[in-house]
Amino acid sequence: MFQLIIKRILIAIPVILIVASITFFLVRMAPGGPFDAEKVVPPQVMKNLNAVYNLDAPLLVQYKDYMLNLIQGDFGPSFRYPGRSVTEMIFTGMPVTLELAFYAILVAMLIGITAGVIAAVKRNTPLDYIPMTIAMIGICMPSFLLGPLLVLYFGIHLELLPVSGWGSLPGDKILPAITLGSAYAAYIARLSRGGMLETLSQDYIRTARAKGLPEYKVVMHHALQGGLVPVVSFLGPAIAGLIGGSFVVETIFQIPGLGRFYVEAAFNRDYTMILGTTIFFSSLIIFFNLLSDIAVLAMNPRARSNS
Amino acid sequence: MKFLYLPFIALFLLSSCSKSISPVDLAIDTQVLHFGNGSEPQGLDPHVVTGVPEHHLLIAMCEGLTIANPKGGDNLPGVAKSWTISPDGKTYTFFLNEKAMWSNGDLLTANDFVWSWMRILTPSLGSQYPDMLYYVKGAADYHQGITNDFSTVGVTAVSDYELKVELINSTPFFIKLLSHYSTYPVHKDTVLMHGEIDDRNGQWTRPGNFVCNGPMNLKTWELNKEIIVEKNPLYWDSENVSLNQIRYYPVSNESTEDRMFRAGQLHVTNVVPLEKCPVYIEKKNPNLRIEPYMGTYFYRVNTRHPVLKDKRVRLALAYALNRKKIVERVSKCGQIAAYSFTPPGTAGYQPDTSIPFDPELAQSLLAEAGYADPSNFPVLEILFNTQEGHRKIALAVQQMWQQNLGISVQLVNQDWKVYLAREMTGDYQISRAGWIGDYEDPNTFLDTLRPNRGNNKTGWENKEYDDLLAVANSTNDQTLRYEYLNQAEKLLISEMPIIPIYTYVKAYQISSDVQGWDSNILDTHHPKFISLERK
Repeated sequence: MFQLIIKRILIAIPVILIVASITFFLVRMAPGGPFDAEKVVPPQVMKNLNAVYNLDAPLLVQYKDYMLNLIQGDFGPSFRYPGRSVTEMIFTGMPVTLELAFYAILVAMLIGITAGVIAAVKRNTPLDYIPMTIAMIGICMPSFLLGPLLVLYFGIHLELLPVSGWGSLPGDKILPAITLGSAYAAYIARLSRGGMLETLSQDYIRTARAKGLPEYKVVMHHALQGGLVPVVSFLGPAIAGLIGGSFVVETIFQIPGLGRFYVEAAFNRDYTMILGTTIFFSSLIIFFNLLSDIAVLAMNPRARSNS
Repeated sequence: MKFLYLPFIALFLLSSCSKSISPVDLAIDTQVLHFGNGSEPQGLDPHVVTGVPEHHLLIAMCEGLTIANPKGGDNLPGVAKSWTISPDGKTYTFFLNEKAMWSNGDLLTANDFVWSWMRILTPSLGSQYPDMLYYVKGAADYHQGITNDFSTVGVTAVSDYELKVELINSTPFFIKLLSHYSTYPVHKDTVLMHGEIDDRNGQWTRPGNFVCNGPMNLKTWELNKEIIVEKNPLYWDSENVSLNQIRYYPVSNESTEDRMFRAGQLHVTNVVPLEKCPVYIEKKNPNLRIEPYMGTYFYRVNTRHPVLKDKRVRLALAYALNRKKIVERVSKCGQIAAYSFTPPGTAGYQPDTSIPFDPELAQSLLAEAGYADPSNFPVLEILFNTQEGHRKIALAVQQMWQQNLGISVQLVNQDWKVYLAREMTGDYQISRAGWIGDYEDPNTFLDTLRPNRGNNKTGWENKEYDDLLAVANSTNDQTLRYEYLNQAEKLLISEMPIIPIYTYVKAYQISSDVQGWDSNILDTHHPKFISLERK
């Protein structure tokens, strides 16, 4: 397993460098620059600004400078926010986004696994159809619809929870976590149902039942470990998706996470910020995929022997 | 099956919560204003940043020689307690308030202004607003690197409390410029402690480092979350400041902001969601305010285009638009149909222009220009940046031109930066545009269409227009000046390089607890006049 980790990390490095290079040239191909504004910047001022940020150098020289700085871990200054470095902004937004993703995945697992397991155990009964129908609706319902609906009911109608913010008012993390987590809860419900159904039909489960074990012990002790393998392998990409896709929820709930910086950087042509966040998200995706692969290996002896 | 109970326990806990007391309710006792500030400010260095959210913050934390009058009209004393103007209008002498000091206790003197103005004019700082001071003698030369000697610039500290400013021409709106943040002083020692004079990225604007001279002082700044400023006890007029704290929230999503207001998390919003404005008007929402704003929404015409260079075509396009219908049926948020470029009432200026809605006249103008058969007219393109409001207006304009002139129009929407790049390079035919005045004077509008102005973008050059503005801005007599400006405005409307559509309004929601919030065309609300009281 150790070899596998080393191998994956070694592959990751050129992948990240290629992502950085492609992004570097792609953002430069987009029309418009970081300092274009409705009120035109006088040519003299534009010249000064380009000089300050090294934008007057030939593109290849800029590329070389950027990559050299990148290797040393320097993402450069943000063009949009003078006085802020991209590294500082990433590390300001990242903990918030990670925390949100963590709560969301908790919500998703709690609801998803519970619903999936019940549906599998009570196959072809209302306890199967109802949660799975709700799961289907959950997959189809976008967070920009669910979020405002939850806010309208719990925030404005019942006045129970704050409608926005992060860590400012008590309970302001509940609605964002539910909104972000629910779509994934639906996926997890379907995956765990499928995984459980497959496991429940295995011989060792029949053996357990034949031994006279109560049904809840069969499910909790024997079936769950095998039944959740698809869920665990889904968690890696899911966490990466949660982090990268948290933009909508961050906007709806006014959460100071990284997703907002990322999207706004693209609109603002904040070159260094786009690059910094892209590289950072790529690394996270690679990292979480690796993590979920390791977890699957740990849970599934067959995969372990194949590796 | 233990998991089964968890959602029920969660629901139970949730339902047992009591209704929370909102921040707005608490604020009556604490005098904390919760302010929806649009977007995250770029920064807090008054010589580097541009934009409205930055303006809201900087007027609270710093102060220039004058402050904008919240009731409209002439500026009020700021750091300068009084001033005199020479008979030729070219020399201003400011007498500074001896009680004015920096938030760290240092005295604020005339030399601080001299150094600060030198800073904004330093080319390598890359400030985007140096032209606010181009009216000062020698300022443009210093900024453009023609001279490196700042003593040639017409700003001198006669004594600690006397500042002399010499202008190139008498500039009747100069006092108004001095409430703009680009002319604010910055604390020299603090700036230099964290970088050079031309350091854009200096850390002096961070909480703990920030020193300025306004009624509020920076307390905390959490990116994309909130900025908290609190009362500055060393401000010269601090006895008259009621607010203890202002919390600025960078809420860029209009619907989120609206929900925050409804849940009592904000006293003031930045905007009202487009689709909600007509509903709120109809329901007579008591918190809704719609006030005239010093900005014009217009269509820019590329006069370099072979068809659009003919002024009869431009006039035909302008006369075929029913502006009243656009504001009543399309924008629907109290906007005012515009018949001039400068919004009427800007500093008492009333443009004497009209743009008729006359499809027949428009058709005959088009025929005169050689398009008696509109099918010969090439397909026109309207360029706009992606936004629902712009799209709706463009659709209405498209329909009016097709119906009233019989010409075909295509809509092209682009991402903001692509749209800007196409406008800049003249790669458009007609484009949607907006202009918000920087200071309360018609010059902030009319000046943009002079030849060689970067913001002209239409390719329209008219010597008579340029001369009229030059003459207007060198006269000291305001009545005569407005007459010249009116002539220029008439000339502009008779040539129609831009087609005015409506005058902007500022639509927002405000809690009835907020007192001292006056309406003014610049939408400037100085925190020292604001208090919170429930009546």
